Amino acid sequence: MNDIPGAPHPPPDPSSSGPSSSGPSPADPHPDPPHAAPPPGSLAYPHLRAIGLTGVLVDFSATLDEASNRAALAFRHMLETESWPGVEETATSLTSVFVRFDPAHVSHARMKQALQQALARRDWYSAPFPAGRRLWSVPAVFGGEHGPQLAEAAALAGLDEQAAIDELAARRTRVLTLGFAPGQPYLGELPRHWDLPRQDTLTARVPAGALVVAIRQLVLFSFASPTGWRHIAQTAFRNFRPQGDTPFVLHPGDELRFVPVSPETLANIRARDQSGNGGATSVPVP
Amino acid sequence: MCVQDLGRPGFMAFGLSQGGAADRLALIEGAALLDQDVGLGALEMAGAGGTFAFSHDGRIALTGAPMRALLDGRPLAWNASHGVGAGQRLELGGALKGVFAYLHLGGGIATPPVLGSRSCHLVAGLGEVLAAGAELPLGEDPKPGETGWRLQSVADRFSGGLVRVLPSAQTGLFGAAQIERFQSVTFTRAQRGNRQGVQLTCDGAPFAVAGQLRILSESMVPGDIQMTGEGRPFVLLPECQTTGGYPRIANVIPGDLPIVAQAAPGARLRFRFVSLERALAADQSPRQLWARLRRARVPLVRDPHDIADLLAYQLISGVTAGADHADEGCSEGEEDER
Repeated sequence: MNDIPGAPHPPPDPSSSGPSSSGPSPADPHPDPPHAAPPPGSLAYPHLRAIGLTGVLVDFSATLDEASNRAALAFRHMLETESWPGVEETATSLTSVFVRFDPAHVSHARMKQALQQALARRDWYSAPFPAGRRLWSVPAVFGGEHGPQLAEAAALAGLDEQAAIDELAARRTRVLTLGFAPGQPYLGELPRHWDLPRQDTLTARVPAGALVVAIRQLVLFSFASPTGWRHIAQTAFRNFRPQGDTPFVLHPGDELRFVPVSPETLANIRARDQSGNGGATSVPVP
Repeated sequence: MCVQDLGRPGFMAFGLSQGGAADRLALIEGAALLDQDVGLGALEMAGAGGTFAFSHDGRIALTGAPMRALLDGRPLAWNASHGVGAGQRLELGGALKGVFAYLHLGGGIATPPVLGSRSCHLVAGLGEVLAAGAELPLGEDPKPGETGWRLQSVADRFSGGLVRVLPSAQTGLFGAAQIERFQSVTFTRAQRGNRQGVQLTCDGAPFAVAGQLRILSESMVPGDIQMTGEGRPFVLLPECQTTGGYPRIANVIPGDLPIVAQAAPGARLRFRFVSLERALAADQSPRQLWARLRRARVPLVRDPHDIADLLAYQLISGVTAGADHADEGCSEGEEDER
C-alpha cells in the first residue's frame, strides 16, 4: 500500500536471523492524491496488463474515484462468482483487479481474451456494489492520548476538534482496499478538506487499532506500526485474527463508521470483549 | 531461522502475501531427498546455521546455501539425506555462499498450521523466529530409514548470475533505451534485503518512468522488480507486501527467483527478458520439480570412516582414509558445494 516514497522496508541484513523488525515498514501507507494527471501515453481504461508468468492486472483507472473502485469490486465479484477454470486467485487494489492464473491450464492469450470479453459485457463503472457488504460500527476514542494528533489534523482540515469528531463520526467510510498489513483497511473517501499531506517525519509507533488520517482516507492499523499519517483515534478492533474462525474480518466494499466513546468505555470494552471486535457490531449495508 | 513450507496462497485480497520458503527450489529438493510430501515444513536459515539435538532417531536432508555440516563432529554431505540418531548433535556453520539454507526432517516439522501453512510470515505476525532452546515437533516419517541419497547436479544459484524476466505492470513505461540498459548493466546485491525483497545497486543513472509518474497503489507479486524512489531496483521475494506504487520494470520468472533470493550482498546479477514461450517451457510446478528431482537422486557414497568392514566395499579411486568430506571423490565433474 505504499506509494512512491517510502515503500519497501529497510530490511536488515539476511545474515541476521530474518527480519528483525516485527512490524510493517515505516513506509507510509499509500495511494496517491486523487485526480492526478493520467500517465503519459496511458492506455484507455479499462485495460489489461500482464504481470509476469501468472498474473494479469485489470485496471479501471489511474486515479482513485468511487466509480473505479466500485468497478473493481464488481468485476472481482463476478470472477469469484463464476470461478473460471485456471484462475487461482483474485484480489482488488484501489482501482484494479489482479488475476493470478495457471498458464499451464489456460494460456495468456485465452485468459486475456476472456477478461476482455467480460469487460465488454457491461459498463463496469456503473455496476452496483456486490451484495453481502457489511456495515461496521466501531467504538473509538478520539483525541487526547488515544488520538494525539486529532487537533493538528482537524486544524489542517480547517475544523476544530469537536467539529472534526462530529464530521468523521457522522460519516460512513468504505473499505477501498486491504493491504500493507493483513486485513488492514484503507477507508474513504473523505471530503476534500481532509486531503491532508502526510507528516514530514514518521510517527515512530501507533498501536494496533489506531485510526490515522491522510489524503482523504482513514487507515485502521492491524498491528503497531510506524506511520506518516496522523493518529486521531484509537479502537480495540482487530483486523486480523489468524487463530479465529474469521481471520480476516473486513472485506473490500464493507463500510465502517466510528462511534465516539470515552476512554473509560473503551477500557471496559477491552476488559470484556476478547473477540477482537472491540465492541464493534455489524449489519448488512443498508 | 524459522519454519517454512510452500506458503499460503489465496489471501492477497486481504493483504497477506503467500510467503513460504525464500528458495522454493531448496524446499523441494529436500522433500525429494527424503521422498516425502513437497508441502511439509522445513527449517530455513538465513546466513547463520546452528546446533541441533535430536531426541529420536530420524532422517534429515540439507539443501540450499551450502554450510559446513557436522554430525557429532563428523562431516556430512550437503544436498544429501542422512540418518540421525537420538542424542546426536548436528552443527551447521554459516553459509559458505548464498543466503538461505534448509534443514529438512523426516516427517516434516509439525508445528500447528495457521491459515493452511506452517510458514513463518514475520510481516504478518505469523510464526516466529526460533530462539535457542526451541523444540520442534516432527510429523510421522513416511520412509524411516531411507537415507543416503544425494542430488547429483544442483543448480548453482548461490553466487548471482543471469536472471530471466518477463514484463510486469509498468515495463512499457520505461522506454526502449532503459529496457536495453536494464539488460546490459550488471547489478550488485546491496546489504539491504530480507524475505520481503532485496535491494540492488548499479552504476549509471537511476531508472525512472517518464515524467516522474506517480502510480496508484496496485497489486504486486514476488519477482516484481520495482524501481524505488532512488531509481534502483528492489526485487520482491515471497514475503513482500501485496500492493505498492513503485513502477515495476520486470518480473523474475518463478524458476529464477531463487537466484535472486540466494544472492548474498555483493553478488552480481544481470537480467534478460525472455519470451513467454521460453518462460513457460522453463516453468515447473512444485510437484513436477519434486518428481524430477526424486528421480535424479543418486546413492551417497559413504565416508570410509563409517564403514565397519572396508573390505566389503569397493573403494573409489582417490578416496583415502583421510578424506574429511563425506562425498569427496564421488563427484564427476560436479562442483563441490563446499
